[in-house]
Amino acid sequence: MLSKVRTSALEALADVPDGATIMVGGFGNAGMPMELVDALIEQGAKDLTVVSNNAGNGTTGLAALLAAGRVRKVICSFPRQTDSFVFDALYRAGKVELELVPQGNLVERIRAAGAGIGGFFTPTSYGTPLAEGKEARVIDGRGYVLEYPIHADVALIKGRLADRWGNMVFRKAARNFGPIMASAAKISVAQVEEIVELGALDPETIALPGIFVSRVVAVGKTAHAAA
Amino acid sequence: MTPTPPKYTAWTRDQMAARIANDIEDGAVVNIGIGMPELVANHLSPNKEILLHSENGILGMGPQPAADAVDPDLINAGKQPVTLLAGGAFFDHSLSFAMMRGGHLDIAILGAFQVAENGDIANWSTGKPGAIPAVGGAMDLAVGARQVFVMMEHLTKDGQSKLVRRCTYPLTGLGCVTRVYTDLAVLDVTGDGFAVRELCEGLSLEALQALSGLTLRAA
Repeated sequence: MLSKVRTSALEALADVPDGATIMVGGFGNAGMPMELVDALIEQGAKDLTVVSNNAGNGTTGLAALLAAGRVRKVICSFPRQTDSFVFDALYRAGKVELELVPQGNLVERIRAAGAGIGGFFTPTSYGTPLAEGKEARVIDGRGYVLEYPIHADVALIKGRLADRWGNMVFRKAARNFGPIMASAAKISVAQVEEIVELGALDPETIALPGIFVSRVVAVGKTAHAAA
Repeated sequence: MTPTPPKYTAWTRDQMAARIANDIEDGAVVNIGIGMPELVANHLSPNKEILLHSENGILGMGPQPAADAVDPDLINAGKQPVTLLAGGAFFDHSLSFAMMRGGHLDIAILGAFQVAENGDIANWSTGKPGAIPAVGGAMDLAVGARQVFVMMEHLTKDGQSKLVRRCTYPLTGLGCVTRVYTDLAVLDVTGDGFAVRELCEGLSLEALQALSGLTLRAA
């Protein structure tokens, strides 16, 4: 029987090694897998490289992982926000490295990893400081920059519902990076509100087929999904 | 001797936003950037159907909800609560940036530090040492939208023109800006520099040229 269900977030993350590259879904706190990140803090893996759109908001989720001193490097598009004080302080103190990637290049690099693409030419960032040192090419009169995939050891994502095969549906704008990140990691771990019976999800609405999901954990309805 | 005070009346931010909103055609798909451009949403005519795109996977974004209807899973690019209009759709980030980069958006409205007469834009970093850089989706919007409108003050706080011959701040995109709305004028970017479409009350083309330090022409 195929079952990806794990009984707890901590069990689902038991084998995350030090030095791992971890993708963390979410745009701000929408889609941020809070319970999984909390479990990763408890699990204790350190020296991590985190790939996420932002670099933590407030004091919870990714910000808490950063505050716990577990992160060596952040790859993201938009670290500086009004409530990114945890990252800001670590960055200014030289305690965390930053690789800044334009958001569309970030998601496409992640997508490329999941889709088996070895690299791609993108117009985004051509001629700007973020393209310095990168191979550029003019194709049909337009400038492009060569970007490479970003692979991860582990992806942590948040959905609304899953079945035991790992098929998932999401909620509103909390989908964002979730399905893409799940495709790009060796082990992708999803937290959902509830795990439903096989066949309960409408196959037409499954936004992430279970092939991309390694483990699922039900964490119940969070405050973020109260509506 | 005191210098002669300017005789013109600069547009307010709401007046700038109203001008932009008025220039958006019925049926257009528009991405409104973080910051000053957010005001444009308040001025969109109810008589036009304008689809707002948000980079985090929303097409058909609606206005801010009432305080008791806030949903943390439904936010805009600035991470503020929004709503979804009837007919709106959600999708993942890859598809969202395909819409942007792939030329499917009619208009992106961006704030900026500088716009050059060749259409270059600088809006993500002042390049100051110690500043934490953040770029988000600005570079994707700059290269991808069919038209890029910039909304910004014409002058910096110390009177420097934000319209320039060539940008000195780190670039966001090359040759992509199509129109600039400032508090003093509306200008098109043409193959021959800035062309002035409209001037605020009491301002002459010559006076705008002097303030901008650029050769400008009438559209």
